Amino acid sequence: MFAFVVRRILSIIPVLAVVAVCVFLMLRLTPGDPAAVIAGDNATTEQIADIRGKLGLNEPIYAQFVIWIGKVFQGDFGESFFFKKTVAELIAQRVEPTLSLALCTIVLAVLIAVPLGVYAAWRHGSLTDRIVMGFSVLGFSVPVFVIGYVLIYFFAITPWEIGVPFAFITELFGKQPWFTIDLGGKWFPVQGYTRIGVSFANWIYQLILPSITLAVIYIALISRITRASVLEVLNEDYIRTARAKGLSNRVVLMRHALRNAAVPILTIIGIGIALLIGGAVVTESVYGLPGLGRLTVEAVLSRDFPVIQTVILLFSVVYVLINLVIDISYTLFDPRIRY
Amino acid sequence: MSAVSEDSLVDSASIAMAAARPRNVWALLVRNTAVLIGGGILLIMLLIGLCAPLMGTIDPSRIDPASRNRKPGAEVSMRMDDGSRVARVAHFGTDSLGRDVYSRVLYGARISLIVGVAVAVISVAIGLVIGLISGYIRWLDGIIMRIMDGLMAIPGILLAIGLVSLYKAGLFTVIFAIVVPDVPRVVRLVRSVVLTVREEPYVESAISVGTPTFTLMFRHILPNCVAPLIVQGTFICAAAIIAEAILSFLGIGIPPEIPTWGNIMAEGRSLFRVFPHNIFWPGIFLAVTVLAVNMLGDGLRDTLDPKMSKRI
Repeated sequence: MFAFVVRRILSIIPVLAVVAVCVFLMLRLTPGDPAAVIAGDNATTEQIADIRGKLGLNEPIYAQFVIWIGKVFQGDFGESFFFKKTVAELIAQRVEPTLSLALCTIVLAVLIAVPLGVYAAWRHGSLTDRIVMGFSVLGFSVPVFVIGYVLIYFFAITPWEIGVPFAFITELFGKQPWFTIDLGGKWFPVQGYTRIGVSFANWIYQLILPSITLAVIYIALISRITRASVLEVLNEDYIRTARAKGLSNRVVLMRHALRNAAVPILTIIGIGIALLIGGAVVTESVYGLPGLGRLTVEAVLSRDFPVIQTVILLFSVVYVLINLVIDISYTLFDPRIRY
Repeated sequence: MSAVSEDSLVDSASIAMAAARPRNVWALLVRNTAVLIGGGILLIMLLIGLCAPLMGTIDPSRIDPASRNRKPGAEVSMRMDDGSRVARVAHFGTDSLGRDVYSRVLYGARISLIVGVAVAVISVAIGLVIGLISGYIRWLDGIIMRIMDGLMAIPGILLAIGLVSLYKAGLFTVIFAIVVPDVPRVVRLVRSVVLTVREEPYVESAISVGTPTFTLMFRHILPNCVAPLIVQGTFICAAAIIAEAILSFLGIGIPPEIPTWGNIMAEGRSLFRVFPHNIFWPGIFLAVTVLAVNMLGDGLRDTLDPKMSKRI
């Protein structure tokens, strides 16, 4: 067990090394002078020379890498060109909304997706099963920002005057409704974020729509895998034994089936973090959350390379570490796994 | 006597196999509803993209300040090149520059499909070559796979965003930026097929009769990769269409004057409260197209590659 943990931790070193080299090379492999690219089209020669100096571009490339990685290990990620702050400070300011969004999304997704997947597997081939699987394909296909705007439209800006035809139809085809019933509506804010330290109630209230938006694709992914792996387990002998003992369906499903199916589900939750990170960039833009995703987009628009580099590096390291933890945690869920 | 009958048996069997093989696959595919529906919708989208000029559209980039921000179904009079005004109904409304959303959405199908297909073909081609090399040449395998693991550790959209930021915005940049994160996944798939196949007796016997490595790879190993690659390519196509829309939507993809679904939505963001049609129409087309590609992929997987459907 201990040997396994050590081996697994050591195995992420080459991965992180490749990530670091890729992130480092991204800027260096641009066609032309990276300093000129950063400075933009209207820069003077002095400005370009200044940036060259700041980035250490006058050194040979391997020396640049050594200097850069040395600084990264000391927590020095350079200075943002645009915000005129150190990148570390900038990220510290922006990390809370992203973390909050990710946490709410994961909790929401797991709470919905796992029971959904288990139920679909149990009722294999039924209408419910087909609806869950249909939803799963749909969840993969509708882009995050479209889901976001549909939710904003229905729950944040439309007064719920149920009419025939629906207001949505009016919007799309310009037909006027024949009659309407007022139900209120506009329950959620369109945009905005409250820090958790300021008001917990507001924090969670403003995160509801963004979390649902981001959770859709995650729910689609997890429920699909849950269904598949529970379905496989349900054919095992020990499930038949449990049934034969006269255990209730709930106990058979939760204690015997789900527990044995846990490894693939955990794996996909870990792999899905990559989807979550990509989705967070978009969701934060749609809902105006001042998180790392928004920061990335702002950085790309203003060609703020130290920020882009650091954010990509940070997200990748987090992704690798989460998957490391999940890998190690398998032993807790499945005592049969002995390394 | 016995030799003759054996010969004819082998002959008839091989003829039957040769005849039955392709026909069977097509028959299976046609019988699969997901393939039919997905493929059908995709065909319609392709026709919409190709026939956009014939479907009552006007120049999708034509700016007309006099008819800005009209709701769907509104009567607008569009100014033509010769200065005359032509009254027409803006089926999907107009955007904040007075461009016709109906025309833009129809023309937008072109970019989405081009990006989807291009990314799928290019990443499968590159991934296939690297995967074959990695699976077959042992001393390179470790190095290649460590690099691929590293690339896969960077979340796809972030890598694409990073790459896009380095180059001049445009169609090729976007395709390149989406291809890079997809290649490692294809490499892994091809490599795993190669590793299983190379232990098969027919490959060993081919090696023993001195088949050159190149012939071995392309005649004996490659055909085994075709089915899983078609399936994987379809899913890459779906993900690429979404990725292009995301990049354009964030304002860092294809230049805003080119009509793509992501760009139309990006343009409609600021006035979403008042004129949601700018986001909903391209959103519906985008979702339906991706859904169709995904359904096609699911159907293909179930028919061509039943082993894989068990895996996921």
